[in-house]
Amino acid sequence: MESTVIPTTPAIRAEGLTKRYGPKTALDGFDLTVPAGTVHGLLGPNGAGKTTAVRILATLLRFDGGGAEVAGADLGRDAPGVRRRIGLVGQYAAVDEILSARQNLFLFGRLYHLSRASARRRAAELLERFTLTEAADKPVGQFSGGMRRRLDMACSLILAPKVLFLDEPTTGLDPRGRGEVWDSIRDLVAGGTSVLLTTQYLDEADQLADRISVLDEGRVVAEGTPAELKAKLGGDRLDVTVHDAADLDRTAGIMAEVAGGEPHRHDDGRTVSVAVADRVGALTEVVRRLDTAGIAAEDLALRRPTLDEVFLHLTS
Amino acid sequence: MTTLLQPAPDTGVLPRVRWTITDAWTLTARETSHWLRQPFEVAVGLLFPIMFFLMFGYLIGGDMPVPGGGDYREALIPGTLAMTMMFGVEATMTAMAEDAKKGVTDRFRSMPMSASAVVLGRASADLIQSAVGLVALVLCGLLTGWSWHGGPAAMALALVLLLWLRFAMLWIGVYLGLVIRSTQATASVQILIFPLAFLSNVFASPGSMPGWLGTLAEWNPVSASAAAARELFGNPGWGGDSWAATHPVLLAALWPLLITAVFLPLSVRRYRRLSR
Repeated sequence: MESTVIPTTPAIRAEGLTKRYGPKTALDGFDLTVPAGTVHGLLGPNGAGKTTAVRILATLLRFDGGGAEVAGADLGRDAPGVRRRIGLVGQYAAVDEILSARQNLFLFGRLYHLSRASARRRAAELLERFTLTEAADKPVGQFSGGMRRRLDMACSLILAPKVLFLDEPTTGLDPRGRGEVWDSIRDLVAGGTSVLLTTQYLDEADQLADRISVLDEGRVVAEGTPAELKAKLGGDRLDVTVHDAADLDRTAGIMAEVAGGEPHRHDDGRTVSVAVADRVGALTEVVRRLDTAGIAAEDLALRRPTLDEVFLHLTS
Repeated sequence: MTTLLQPAPDTGVLPRVRWTITDAWTLTARETSHWLRQPFEVAVGLLFPIMFFLMFGYLIGGDMPVPGGGDYREALIPGTLAMTMMFGVEATMTAMAEDAKKGVTDRFRSMPMSASAVVLGRASADLIQSAVGLVALVLCGLLTGWSWHGGPAAMALALVLLLWLRFAMLWIGVYLGLVIRSTQATASVQILIFPLAFLSNVFASPGSMPGWLGTLAEWNPVSASAAAARELFGNPGWGGDSWAATHPVLLAALWPLLITAVFLPLSVRRYRRLSR
């Protein structure tokens, strides 16, 4: 590894990207800087513009304002240059189900304008790297979801692109499949590829991303490392469900005192949650005080903030 | 980390044309690989029009009178050939919709490959497949006693006109495949194709149909190609006085031209709209 820091071009630099569909603005001044060799996550509710942003950067959509550079190539002026430097893994595994894994890789290799020999060689390399050699000649239609995804990723990496776009890559996969995809992503990044990842799963962004941008209604509403974003929310949450709805106000008061944050009442009228910094300490203290106050708690839970709470907090 | 593989960028017209042809060829080879991996589906596809011919020739059309006392089965073969070309719309449409649905089209568009190669590859694969289908049906006809009386030039012209119809249908298929993204909807379209095949002179005389239906049937592009093939093969046809009936070869050349002139630009526009 290099011992001196050499300034490198960012993997992605977007400034003020705008996309309009008639009166509706899908992306409103989207800014992004992804340093080379890092993973950047895009989080947001449906319709926030994550997929629109990725599709624009992957040259699939035209944009109405702003500009971007992907791996040094200008998005507006040199789309073919961008295409030579990127890989795209979309929401569905974009592979040919009738052909075998090997045939798929060869097909895309040829479409990437590799010679027949190079395409064949590259196919063998990628099959090995994604542990698909054993199933290489079976039709992809017979693959499990995780295997199909691995092949999908392999196909996007044929030219060893500097930047990889992953649009909700683990949607619909079982935990094993998700783990496989995560491992592949980690390997890629270790090898120097930069990744832009959109996801609905907070834990996925948490696990993989170096930095996260939260989008809402086409705009970035928060940006930072996963730790920074969670700190904005106060980290974990404590939920208390009381037996008697009449006790709710007193409970909320106790929780506010102990945790120091604003308690949030749930719709069922008997549950209140609050952000807590010291998980176990807050739980113990709340339990003790509820006991002293004679409030019967039906349920107590410590949990991570849900994606809804992140957005509620960041978009309110 | 493997070194970045950078094939030479395609600057200049000649390399781009060359890559368009190569990419189209790669995509055609993709289709042939499909056929090799799905021989059963291929066989069914070839048998489908043969089944129609056998059904109408032997089961239904036994008593069908043909003007001039010709053999119904002889009239049926050219008709079925034309019908097969029309059914080609489904194959094209389904293939386009499948690729779009699965994100394969998106992958193609995010790659530095030629955009027109996608359609050119589809076109050549579909035309090859249709040509094979034509040959299969002709062989079936020969086996059941059909023959053509026009000589090799006539046969060649008939096949060209039929493939010309298939080419036109290709553009309808590409357009529909781009418009109708769901494969369930494509199934509905397939059902609608059937009435169009019957609203023609393929199986019955348009003269036997009520008023305006008969006119539609006579002027149907499939009818034009069927009648043209019948004339070129020297097979009996239904006759008729309309311009459509007396100038089938000309009409069979014009209809696909008109269809292509409408649907080719529509397809291109639709494809461009994917980037909207």
